[in-house]
Amino acid sequence: MKVYLMYPDRDFNLKKELPPHAMDLVKDLGFDVIVQHMSRGDEFLRNVAMNVLFYPEKDTSVIRYRQEIVKDCLEHPDVVRRLYQIPISIKESKRKRWWGVFGWKTPNNVLNGARNALEAMLGGLKELRRIADENLEKFRSRGFKRFFEMLQEELDDEYLSKMGEHLENLKFQKGVLLSVRLGKGNEGEDHTLSKPRGKNWFQRIFEREKVFSYKLHPRDEIGSKVLESIVNLGLKDIATNVAIAADHVESFFNTLQLELAFYVACLNLVESLRAIGISFSFPEVFPTNEERIVFRNLKDIALALSQGTNVVGNELEAERKRLFVIMGANRGGKTTFLRSVGQAQIMAQAGMFVAAESSSLSICEGVFTHFRRREDANLKKGKFEEELERVSKMLDHVSAGSLILFNESFSSTNEHEGSEVAHQIVKALIDSGVRVFYVTHMFDLARRFLDDEKVVFLVAERKENGERTFKVKEGKPTETSFGLDLYREIFEEKEEVFPS
Amino acid sequence: MFPSVLFKDAKALESVKVSEEAFEDLFLGRLIDLTVKGRERYDLKPFFTMPVRDEETIVYRQEVARDLEDPEVRKVVLEFSKGMVAVHQYLQMLERLDYEYNKKGWFLEAVLEYCRTVKVFSESLERVGLRSEGLKRIREYLIGYARSPEFSSLFEEALRVKEGLSRVRYCLIVEPGKFSVKPYKGEKDYAVEIEAFFSKFKEEDRIGEYSFDLVKGIGMSHVEAKILDFVRRLYPEPFEELDTFCENHRGFLDEVILNFEREVQFFLAYLDFIEPLRERGLPFCYPEVRTSVRDEFVEDGFDLMLVHSLTGKIVTNSYRLDGIERVIVVTGPNQGGKTSFARMVGQIHYLACLGLPVPARRAKLFLVDAVHTHFEREEHVQNVRSKLEDDLLRMKSIIDSLTPNSLVILNEAFSSATLRDSLDISLRVLEKLLKIDCFVVWVTFLDELSRVSEKVVSMVALVSPQDPTVRTFKVVRKRADGRAYALSLARKYGLTYEEVRRRIRR
Repeated sequence: MKVYLMYPDRDFNLKKELPPHAMDLVKDLGFDVIVQHMSRGDEFLRNVAMNVLFYPEKDTSVIRYRQEIVKDCLEHPDVVRRLYQIPISIKESKRKRWWGVFGWKTPNNVLNGARNALEAMLGGLKELRRIADENLEKFRSRGFKRFFEMLQEELDDEYLSKMGEHLENLKFQKGVLLSVRLGKGNEGEDHTLSKPRGKNWFQRIFEREKVFSYKLHPRDEIGSKVLESIVNLGLKDIATNVAIAADHVESFFNTLQLELAFYVACLNLVESLRAIGISFSFPEVFPTNEERIVFRNLKDIALALSQGTNVVGNELEAERKRLFVIMGANRGGKTTFLRSVGQAQIMAQAGMFVAAESSSLSICEGVFTHFRRREDANLKKGKFEEELERVSKMLDHVSAGSLILFNESFSSTNEHEGSEVAHQIVKALIDSGVRVFYVTHMFDLARRFLDDEKVVFLVAERKENGERTFKVKEGKPTETSFGLDLYREIFEEKEEVFPS
Repeated sequence: MFPSVLFKDAKALESVKVSEEAFEDLFLGRLIDLTVKGRERYDLKPFFTMPVRDEETIVYRQEVARDLEDPEVRKVVLEFSKGMVAVHQYLQMLERLDYEYNKKGWFLEAVLEYCRTVKVFSESLERVGLRSEGLKRIREYLIGYARSPEFSSLFEEALRVKEGLSRVRYCLIVEPGKFSVKPYKGEKDYAVEIEAFFSKFKEEDRIGEYSFDLVKGIGMSHVEAKILDFVRRLYPEPFEELDTFCENHRGFLDEVILNFEREVQFFLAYLDFIEPLRERGLPFCYPEVRTSVRDEFVEDGFDLMLVHSLTGKIVTNSYRLDGIERVIVVTGPNQGGKTSFARMVGQIHYLACLGLPVPARRAKLFLVDAVHTHFEREEHVQNVRSKLEDDLLRMKSIIDSLTPNSLVILNEAFSSATLRDSLDISLRVLEKLLKIDCFVVWVTFLDELSRVSEKVVSMVALVSPQDPTVRTFKVVRKRADGRAYALSLARKYGLTYEEVRRRIRR
């Protein structure tokens, strides 16, 4: 009984901790906003979304498998939300009825708790069967088709009714029959429990076999405690097995909840994006070594969602390129561009849609960011040293085929030093097969890559009249700074559109 | 005398006198407490508090200990000990049980455990290589015992009776307020069916943790006794055999085996105690011991109790006393490892006289007849006079009891007096000790003591040459020079004569 909605051939497991750089991604790429819309404040959805996003999937076939499922979800959101409700209801009822055990963890207590749990979950299994019967024909993804077919096959009517019978037996209303051996000290051992056989089972035994019986005195409390403890010995194995069965069925529901959670989070995000008119599409994904990256009208959805309006998009088309140097006007949309690239890469590898009219990209081993942090001025070390330390820590986790987004890195020192250090680092990275996007003002850094054919130069556009379009376009860098623009904007035009 | 691993023969042995103070100052009490911890049932303290001055006995024990260091031998002995513990536990338990067939059942278990343990032990001893005379004697005894007709018939009978009982299987029906017993008729286990039914939900990597704490106390209640009574009526024969067996074999334990069980724990306790220290790379050795030759040396020795409480890297120290050398005067900075060095010397002599491995890489020791200590005692401070008085009284009583074969360890003695007094007293005491010609370790800040005689060896606790505040805990043979340390510290803090002159502005 496998859910297999996240992977065609294996379970999805939630990792306890996010990768070390995940919080940088959240902060730098605006995933706090995106995940907020995916989870709508639900801690569980948030956790799942972060896990899927920040442990990027590297297998293109898995990514396509999920894309199909997301498409099914977009077509049948109500069915998917209804499915997701089943494990949640079971959890609710567990919380309310408390299947767990009060006081001593005796076999009898555990058995009863587990039996009640299975009874509640039997209802959930029946509901799942119903949904599978109704929807098998309507869904198109391999994932959902397999899932529904499995439910029909494994949870056929006979199995479900047999399960009801077992749950009735396990109440042991008439008493129990144990077989026992003589152990050390002639004390009983190997107590095993026999299956109840109908209403008049004991009656039939007493009529046919040689039996010695003993009635306890009604006030013999010790005696009945002892009997109870012997029964518990006999119930040990069955209690274990029923409890394990309950655990397994529960874990099936947990897995179901876990694997559906991601898709429910996708549905939530889609609703938010549609509300502000942002269109999206499913990216074509390619293996890392094809080094392809193409976007049409790619948007920074964190910006759009936090503003609550649509935003300007960018294009990019590059093949076999390693380094993207982004320069140009201050506040001209460079950071926004950088963030949209990071978002798209991460969402695409999760199996999601991206906020572009169309896109195709090669998957990467991991996404990393190194944004200049103006706020955390570390007093013990210089800012420059702090930056180097952060880069050094990050590089502990970077491998060939990774994507690194640098934003104004090493600008805390003078350009001469900064570009020298940056050049050595970036050059080493791209030569090692890492894809790098680098937003910088350092012309000296850009200049060193001018003749490299694996490099794309992008510039934040500014029209003749000085107006900024917030678009980033291909173009060789020029040595003029656009700081004057900003000066003007702040001192002359007071309108503030973009959050810094 | 029957075979023993502690004593070669029945002759009276000279014991080493260790004063109560020495026992405390050298941390021997704590060492022994830690060593015997968990083995209280064997009452080992009497063995550990009886160091002997007898080369033959010490070598006899060293051989046994060496044999027991062989993992093969150790394993075999441990298995034996474990089995015997179970036997004793069963037998003690019998006294607390109420019901006849419950008691008889456990008596049978005790006999079975005993027979198995003895048999396995004697067979295993034949297999392993032994060098020590002590263990060889035990082996010889055991082989004879295990082959005796009495033992064989005890074992066979016990097995037969047990076999009969374990074939019994019955059914117990429990209804509210009532129980019934009937013969077993092939009833099937329901748990297996349930497991199979739910197997489709099974996940390979998840195993439920449902171990109940059902360790049912041993013994029976009236209900269980009644059940057993019904079972006995259904199957009477095996219980009749049990009756006969119990009657025929009341006192079945052998005295020599019981004695060995206890004695061998003396070695195991100590070997277990030093095991983790050895794993940390600390050396232990069997010292060469003499009563005739007065030369001594210790290579890479250490304070056993210090390393037991510390976790970091351990510094070891060496010394030697050749020819007429009898006295080691230890000087150097405080907290520099001087006291530990002194303790080490005492501990090594003590442990050597127990016949156990000592904390050192190599050692050759004179067997002393007594170990005394004179350590500074802070708890007795009332006033300077009474403290010095107490110091001197203690010293006097030590000197009165010393022989040329004794070891005395002094630690900052007479330090409550003025420097002049302290030096005068110390020189006089030292003179007395030199006259007695006993062995002395004297920890002091008085350099002068180290230059009194040819018999005196000067040893110094070193500091790091780079940074005088760093102790190396290394104590080496070296001319005492207390001022060298003080000057280097002053330099570090800019307080030498020249420094202070230069820093003071004119």
